[in-house]
Amino acid sequence: MAMAVRVFLLLFILFSSSTTPSFSLYEDQVGLMDWYQQYIGKVKQAVFHTQKAGRKRVVVSTEENVVASLDLRHGEIFWRHVLGSNDAIDGLDIALGKYVITLSSEGSVIRAWNLPDGQMIWESFLQGSKPSKSLLSVPANVKVDKNNLILVFSKGVLHAISGLDGEVVWEKDFAAESIEVQQIIQPSGSDVIYAIGSVGSSQFDAYEINARNGEFLKKNGAVFPSGFSGEMLLVSDDLVVALDATKSSLVNINFKDGIKFQQTDLSDLEGGSSGTAKLLPLKLKEIFAVEINAFVVFISVTGQGKLEVVDKLSNTVVVSDQLLLLEGQQAVALVHHGDGKIYLTVKLVNDWSNDLLKESTVIDHQRGFVHRVFINNYIRTDRSHGFRALVVMEDHSLLLLQQGEIVWSREDGLASIVSVATSELPVERDGVSVAKVEENLFEWLKGHLLKLKGTLMLASPEDVVAIQGMRLKSSEKSKMTRDHNGFRKLLIVLTRAGKLFALHTGDGRVVWSLLLPSLCNSACTNPTGLSIYQWQVPHHHALDENPSVLIVGRCGQSSDAPGVLSFVDTYTGKEINSLSLAHSIVQVIPLPYTDSTEQHLHLLIDVDQHAYLYPRTAEAISIFQREFSNVYWYSVDANSGTIKGHALKGNCASAREVLDEYCFDSRDVWSVVFPSDTEKIIATVTRKSNEVVHTQAKVIADHDVMYKYISKNLLFVATVVPKASGEIGTATPEEAWLVVYLIDTITGRILHRMTHHGSQGPVHAVFSENWVVYHYFNLRAHRYETSVIEIYDQSRAAANNDLWKLILGKHNLTSPISLYSRTEVVVKSQSYFFTHTVKAISVTSTAKGITSKQLLIGTLGDQVLALDKRFLNPRRTVNPTQAEREEGIIPLTDSLPIIPQSYVTHALRVEGLRDIVTVPAKLESTTLVFAYGVDLFYTRIAPSRTYDSLTEDFSYALLLLTIVALVAAIFITWVLSEKKDLRDKWR
Amino acid sequence: MGVCVFQWSVFFLALLAAASSSLAFQSDELLVDDDEFGLEGGVQRKPPEVAHTRSPPAATSTRKRFSDPDPDSKIQFQLEHAFGDSDFSPAGTFTARLKTSNHGGQTLTKLRFSRNAFTSEEKDKFSNLLKADDFYRIRLPSNVLNSPGRDFVISSVKARCLPRDGLDEHVVIHTDGVNILAVNYGAPGSCPYRRQLKLPSKWSFNSHTVLKNSEQAPRAPIFTEEILGGGEDGEGEVAKPPEKSLWAKYWMYLIPLGFIIMNAITQAMNMPEEQAAGQGQAQQPTAVQRGGPPSAVRRR
Repeated sequence: MAMAVRVFLLLFILFSSSTTPSFSLYEDQVGLMDWYQQYIGKVKQAVFHTQKAGRKRVVVSTEENVVASLDLRHGEIFWRHVLGSNDAIDGLDIALGKYVITLSSEGSVIRAWNLPDGQMIWESFLQGSKPSKSLLSVPANVKVDKNNLILVFSKGVLHAISGLDGEVVWEKDFAAESIEVQQIIQPSGSDVIYAIGSVGSSQFDAYEINARNGEFLKKNGAVFPSGFSGEMLLVSDDLVVALDATKSSLVNINFKDGIKFQQTDLSDLEGGSSGTAKLLPLKLKEIFAVEINAFVVFISVTGQGKLEVVDKLSNTVVVSDQLLLLEGQQAVALVHHGDGKIYLTVKLVNDWSNDLLKESTVIDHQRGFVHRVFINNYIRTDRSHGFRALVVMEDHSLLLLQQGEIVWSREDGLASIVSVATSELPVERDGVSVAKVEENLFEWLKGHLLKLKGTLMLASPEDVVAIQGMRLKSSEKSKMTRDHNGFRKLLIVLTRAGKLFALHTGDGRVVWSLLLPSLCNSACTNPTGLSIYQWQVPHHHALDENPSVLIVGRCGQSSDAPGVLSFVDTYTGKEINSLSLAHSIVQVIPLPYTDSTEQHLHLLIDVDQHAYLYPRTAEAISIFQREFSNVYWYSVDANSGTIKGHALKGNCASAREVLDEYCFDSRDVWSVVFPSDTEKIIATVTRKSNEVVHTQAKVIADHDVMYKYISKNLLFVATVVPKASGEIGTATPEEAWLVVYLIDTITGRILHRMTHHGSQGPVHAVFSENWVVYHYFNLRAHRYETSVIEIYDQSRAAANNDLWKLILGKHNLTSPISLYSRTEVVVKSQSYFFTHTVKAISVTSTAKGITSKQLLIGTLGDQVLALDKRFLNPRRTVNPTQAEREEGIIPLTDSLPIIPQSYVTHALRVEGLRDIVTVPAKLESTTLVFAYGVDLFYTRIAPSRTYDSLTEDFSYALLLLTIVALVAAIFITWVLSEKKDLRDKWR
Repeated sequence: MGVCVFQWSVFFLALLAAASSSLAFQSDELLVDDDEFGLEGGVQRKPPEVAHTRSPPAATSTRKRFSDPDPDSKIQFQLEHAFGDSDFSPAGTFTARLKTSNHGGQTLTKLRFSRNAFTSEEKDKFSNLLKADDFYRIRLPSNVLNSPGRDFVISSVKARCLPRDGLDEHVVIHTDGVNILAVNYGAPGSCPYRRQLKLPSKWSFNSHTVLKNSEQAPRAPIFTEEILGGGEDGEGEVAKPPEKSLWAKYWMYLIPLGFIIMNAITQAMNMPEEQAAGQGQAQQPTAVQRGGPPSAVRRR
């Protein structure tokens, strides 16, 4: 009896403590299967804030329009603000010792941020009429008095802004003066501001302005007959340097008391060599640098305006702005790069021959060359000057160098991801050492003991912390081998700098990185990486062959620049091969064929619509010839409003003497021409080529079957009236409409065409299976709207409705489909209001396509919202019948629900969100989601919950205990009943 | 619930009434008169109702040209064809009426098509196409008023798809006012892959032509009063995970628990009996009473 009661009690406790099944994320589950990384992008400007500050920091502005304050000791972000994508930062400085001032949007917005915490203090919008250079000048003195004005020159107007509240104290419009202002100078301690610049090419003007009220004091002007070209550099308070029109001689201009020109021939100065020169835009005093003939020449200005060459270095040197030391001396840092090291030299401006500091730092050669350097000084323990340098590398990473070492580094190239691909990890091999297993076993046991304690609520607070820590860094998820569920993968990302990173999906760490040598070699000027494609994905030889990816790039910005191909092993991160192509690349078509080594065939299309086959092997060509007549592609020309279909014709009929058997001519098969006055293409979307569709038919409520029209060759096109292609609000509802098309890209057949009156872009769309979901703005309703189009195949429905045929296997579901047959499609469509502004739309994808889909919507707040596709079902009605309800049709509502719990990014913000990539895991229920922008976010989601596996926090211990308890109970009751039987028998 | 249903139906009716025009909308495809070509294109026929096309502000020049008192005017444009990569040559003429609607928009109606017969040279070319399984291409001007407009719209089909008894063709012209956006050319029926070589028995064309305009998109449903009540209600409903019963959730625990409880009860019932058996007879009458019936059963 007592035993039974005890067993019962134990079970009762277990039962009551057992966790309820959880479907959404709990607070303590954050970080278990997701990770989040914050970046800032390539640093443009940096201002140090180290004097008398408890926390030494550096404030930076970047090319991703981020202004951030970084911890100078560890490189962590104190605070960060991502300005909009069209709000580029032009100027950055610190005012009053406590405000960070940023000038952005071509000088039209000036903001002040609180230095310690990044709160915005004030913001001013500056008006101006004509575009011009934007200059920000913040007086260096820290005194807070009325004179402490921030001078901003933007859009042809000089503004004086109060540093305290951002009020415009006075402004002076230069728009009428036709002067192109180059510099704004306020000599320290004086009340006069000089605005200097050129009028036309040869007139030099200097305006004197009263700093207190913006009054005009004086205007000096003089004509320099040879003319100027380009920038003017300020060398001292009363001297600017410019190049003359021929770029062969230097002109120094003294503008203080009347304008005096002094011309010096560069060849006289530098000796012999001549060539076109370029002034380096550095903020130096009493010295300036000229780039000429692959050299950087430093020229100092002596008292009487005489120029003197101080140094001559190769042009690989990177020079920092000058730094004012305490004793009034000026220091400059020079950085060289050579044999895997970078050399940092700090020199005094007035004493050039001596080096204040000379250090070398070993650097990873995957970081490339130094692009920018910023220096800062500190007082060493021995009272001498120490220097630290913030270095921006070619791969956009940021390093802090001090005492010849890298104090910290940030991989900020990851803020500008261009393309993403995934790669499987190596298959786990046998033969793990025994010691490791034993250690693992012990750890495993310990871990499980702790977990058991946790489950039985016996754990102490320390144990709870330990359990949480274990869950977070469980070695299982960051292993470098393939796992059973397919959660562990490598994300191969290409950044704008041309660097390739492999990120582990388990914890987001960089497994390897590669600055693509083929993109960065000298033969290719201005290289740009375009995208990544799967090149070789071994299945049969998964154990002894490594997968590889193809990186397509081009030399130069224009689309007719020659292309570059690079093949990279995804396990080792080494470049296997690279090709510099003679032709350009405008389109890459991965063909659905592989050769015997499992390399994917790719067709590259150049500007002249020639097609080139890669890999260039005889085998590839033989495979390709078989399917030659079945290869079609299309091209969209948004400028001329045409979409064309192409097919292959035969080998290139080139003028070249050598016949290139991998090159093919194409011909136009069809074309669609949109009327240029009423339609402008703003979005084109196709299905993902690797998407899997599980069921082709859909059984609807009345037991009828609808066949999905599933074709990979469907193109969704959205056009708007050119007048309404601007921002929302620029067109009235009457003159704006949006037309959407579904076009078959093989035959050019328009399957569906539909007009949304009173609507306009931007259009974001996603195409999957047989449906398209797109998002646009409805001007009549003043709201965003989302529509869905589903396409069903009517002709197949007629052919396949004979059940007997299906049973006997005589259906034509597997027979090849020719798109030249006339298809009869039925299109269903429905629209809903959706309150969010959308940045990107994506859809979940799973291994077999069985799991229901969720839309992943990147909102304006840089979050990712998961929305069930069920809400976007054109068969929704206001009052669905019982049968329809059973099928899962939700009653029709006019807007789509936004459920706060369904944010995939929970509390995080993926700043500057650009795209959302979904990758199927091996486990059918699960999709891996990678959202990127300035930040990176990765998680995995299960749209229909993990119906095919137990949840992460499933208590195995509890299950085990229950079983043990049950066995024990059975045993005990068996013994008891035996005893009883015996007793009965004795009776 | 009854009220709710009532409301729903009322709103549904209201919606129907409001959106009936767009719901009742049918594709305004226009078929060429069958009597002229004697075709079997009846499948596609729809009542030629008022076209629901939107009326874009036509270019001023074109409007000027057609500002004559006659609202309808006849226009012609040519269909051209090419064999494989050959140059385009005239193959037929479309005639249509240009209808000017009240607010200045123009639409094409009453399309008629007269196809030129193949010349012997063209027959040869076409036979060659059939042998090579090559493309037969056609094109139309992208603007019917000032031909060829900006460009031609091209369409093509594998030549082997066309021959039946004669040559069957199906032309769908997508228009937007006076602009032709696209032309879709192909066989009226199926054209299965692995196209067989088949020469037509007679070299005459059976032509179907269809004119297509843009459809109106369905409006987003607007529930004016219901936004507060019904909308949120629906949302709340779907936000909830489907409720499972206690039994469905915990059956794996409940069953063993049930067993154990049963067992415990039997044990508890047997225990006094044991005691009774062990200690001679029971001192507690209640226990005897309780243990009575089962023991009676056993002693049977």
